[in-house]
Amino acid sequence: MTTTTAEQHKSDGIGKDLIVYVCLLALAGLQFVIAYQNIDPSQMFVRMLAVACVEAGLAELFFMHLWSEKRSFLLFVVIFTVAVLLGMQYGWSDSFRMVTGAPFSK
Amino acid sequence: MSQADLTMEGHSTGLTAGPVFSIPTKKLAMWLFIIADTMTFAACLVAYGFLRNGSPSWPRPFHSITNVALMTFILLTSSLTMLVGLRSARAGDKAGAFRWTIITAVLGIVFALLHLREWMGLIGEGMTMFKNPWGDPLFGASFFSITGLHLTHVTCGVIALIAVGLRYKGGRYNADDIEVLGLYWHFVDLVWMFVVPLVYLLNLTH
Repeated sequence: MTTTTAEQHKSDGIGKDLIVYVCLLALAGLQFVIAYQNIDPSQMFVRMLAVACVEAGLAELFFMHLWSEKRSFLLFVVIFTVAVLLGMQYGWSDSFRMVTGAPFSK
Repeated sequence: MSQADLTMEGHSTGLTAGPVFSIPTKKLAMWLFIIADTMTFAACLVAYGFLRNGSPSWPRPFHSITNVALMTFILLTSSLTMLVGLRSARAGDKAGAFRWTIITAVLGIVFALLHLREWMGLIGEGMTMFKNPWGDPLFGASFFSITGLHLTHVTCGVIALIAVGLRYKGGRYNADDIEVLGLYWHFVDLVWMFVVPLVYLLNLTH
């Protein structure tokens, strides 16, 4: 498997890495552009997070070579990570409740 | 067939089954570490978001994006140099792999220095872990915790890059070790892509 991956890496060439690098730079630049847009902070947050997720996906698939690993491993990493990350989102509603002031801040 | 034969056969089957997911053990261990570390950073960022949402006076102390943009560029470029180093190692170019690994480490050092310069600037403006002149005191605690955790990862990565590079040059490590270290370095880069928008860009002074 290691040999197969190694051969694959050699045959791919540096071109693909450069393309991914330029894409990542462009996406990082896009985040900076979004930061200066005159929009609602929640909208800004959603847009920036979406761009960051695309960046992370590109980095994982091509820089970390997850794309050339076995599909079962790719699924293991993606499903496990996404499931736990989603599990961490349960607290947001409570943070908004702190802002709106009910019931704790009275 | 005796019970002993059955047991031996069972063991034999287990031993020859090959590594999990058919990837080398070191690489699998690094991936498992990365998944675990993802949870650590995610927990920190979610906690940061919770505090930011829950505070009506969250400060926006960043006036300029120049420093953070430069840091992002350097870290992304270091990922590319790491890849070039790995390619050289795979191609058997030992000198090239060592050179690119050290270039990656140097870029990591430059990133860390820029990060420290930014910290010193904020500390100079009166920001500490427990207070700041702009608003909610928790901003300092969350900012230094998240960026400090990331900076710790970068520092460890730089040390590992130099150590693995030297051992690779000395013939004690091979291209697989460079690849495993590369996974870690790309992960540090990946985390920065989330830290920048959440901690810096959402707190820009407009």
